[in-house]
Amino acid sequence: MTASASLEQAQPDRRPLKRLGLRVEPYLYSAPAVIIVATVMLVPLVIGMTYAFRDIRLLNPFSGGFVGLDNFRRLAADGDFYLALKNTVFWTAASVFFQFTLGLILALLLNRPFAGRGIAQALVFLPWAVPSFLSGLDWAWLFNPVVGPIPHWLTALGVMSQPENILSDPDLAMWGPIVANVWWGIPFFAITMLAALQSIPADIYEAASIDGAGPFERFRAITLPFLAPTIAIAVLLRTVWIANFADLIVVMTNGGPADRTQIVASYIFTTAFRRLDFGYASAIAMVLLVLLMIYSLLIVILRQTLLARA
Amino acid sequence: MTVTMSRKRFAATLAHRLAVLAFIVVALFPLFWLLKVSVTPTKLLYSEGVRMWPSETTWAHYAFVIENSDFPLFFRNSLIVSLSTALIVTLVAAGAGYAMSRFAFRGKMWLVGLLLVTQMFPLVMLIAPIFKILSSIGLTNSLSGLVLVYTAFNVPFAVFLMQSFFDSIPKDLEEAAMIDGATRFMAFRQIIVPLTLPGMAATLGFVFTAAWSELLFALMLISKTDASTFPVGLLGFVSKFGVDFGQMMAAGVLALIPAVLFFLLIQRFLVKGLTAGAVKG
Repeated sequence: MTASASLEQAQPDRRPLKRLGLRVEPYLYSAPAVIIVATVMLVPLVIGMTYAFRDIRLLNPFSGGFVGLDNFRRLAADGDFYLALKNTVFWTAASVFFQFTLGLILALLLNRPFAGRGIAQALVFLPWAVPSFLSGLDWAWLFNPVVGPIPHWLTALGVMSQPENILSDPDLAMWGPIVANVWWGIPFFAITMLAALQSIPADIYEAASIDGAGPFERFRAITLPFLAPTIAIAVLLRTVWIANFADLIVVMTNGGPADRTQIVASYIFTTAFRRLDFGYASAIAMVLLVLLMIYSLLIVILRQTLLARA
Repeated sequence: MTVTMSRKRFAATLAHRLAVLAFIVVALFPLFWLLKVSVTPTKLLYSEGVRMWPSETTWAHYAFVIENSDFPLFFRNSLIVSLSTALIVTLVAAGAGYAMSRFAFRGKMWLVGLLLVTQMFPLVMLIAPIFKILSSIGLTNSLSGLVLVYTAFNVPFAVFLMQSFFDSIPKDLEEAAMIDGATRFMAFRQIIVPLTLPGMAATLGFVFTAAWSELLFALMLISKTDASTFPVGLLGFVSKFGVDFGQMMAAGVLALIPAVLFFLLIQRFLVKGLTAGAVKG
């Protein structure tokens, strides 16, 4: 009797401990990830937001004080910023459009079995592995009439009157980084689309062709509806990602000539890195963040209304 | 009737192969040109500008870059940074990915929220605050500082990737082991981890490539030659010796090698089973 009583006493003692252990276990597994992401990303994010309201210039030892909305007032009157905003829209729209269109075509080509498909796939996806700074340099060299063939080809085709570097032509310069970006980004869309294509059950196509549907009819009635959700998500995420992607521009043109290739992200980087004006850079970054949030919100609303109608 | 059918079929097949070939040529041409200029002797560079292959080739540019420049140092620095980042991220992400795949816990929503938030804001926002914080604790101009930053940047995406790999392994496996008396951690280490090794290799490859390519934070955080990574060194080289194309492209080809090796490692994971992961660049 006494023995069983002590056992009963001992058990509730051990059980909560064990239950506590089970409860804590998932937190232990995720703790390192949470700690490092919170300290290296979330904390600097919050600190960076306070910079937007301060005067922080590394070259000026007397800076550091709070200046209220001064940085934002300066931004509202900054012509370079509006130009960068316009450039960002063009850069993003052109890059996404060509990456997506060519990526989808490539995925459709690769979705058909043929001899050597594995090797072809490895080769066409290779640009994706090229580091972004290197693809920027590589394309800058290809556009350079001294070592690159492109200006000479364009001249031979009659597009250009003489071999010139389009990167130094204010009206054409943006196409340089866009071409590099399209080359580099086609594999991303192709991979995503190919994965989605391979998840479409083959018997649907068989049934459709038995019913007499031609290839275009099958593409319109089966492939596109199946791909639509993947296309929507990939294009949305990629749009935000490309709008923030400054590497190629920093490497190829550094925003020039005459700021004609400066996008908002590269403008933030230049303001922080070259002018060491951290307060102003953070203010621009805050505005960019708000714009991106508005964009995402608009997309969500658009999706809801479209779904409600359907 | 059958003749026109087979002719039509043949034409379609031919068009398909030609289109694939066109994509291959466009994908490879810029890399081919990089290689071509890197083996062209300087004296032929201008006279044979647009020829597809020089009449003479040379390894002199490579020899110069390897023997007389700082590139071996940059290469070593990049290798240290990228490998350390890839290893740490994979370990850390395996833990969190396992928790998200196998447990229902109250903090899960917060964890997913935290990881998603970090994917939504532009990283360039962090350049100024991270520079100030790291310089106050002496981690600028240091490889450890870069590893710390790159690890944090790559963990969120790697967690989702690892979770998708764990999700594809049946739960019964470790439940059986736990009934036999193993603790969950033992089951995780001895049964689940070996089964996810291909997935871990893929994660390792992705993170290595990302760290190897990172440019903007490296430019901001590193200003000394002895801590420069490859992109920082190459851009410095370009602005300093902007005319020696042969040497620059030789250095570029060297920078390409590890990235291509890791690409070959992860290439076969790209399409199959990577639908979740492919969403990030």
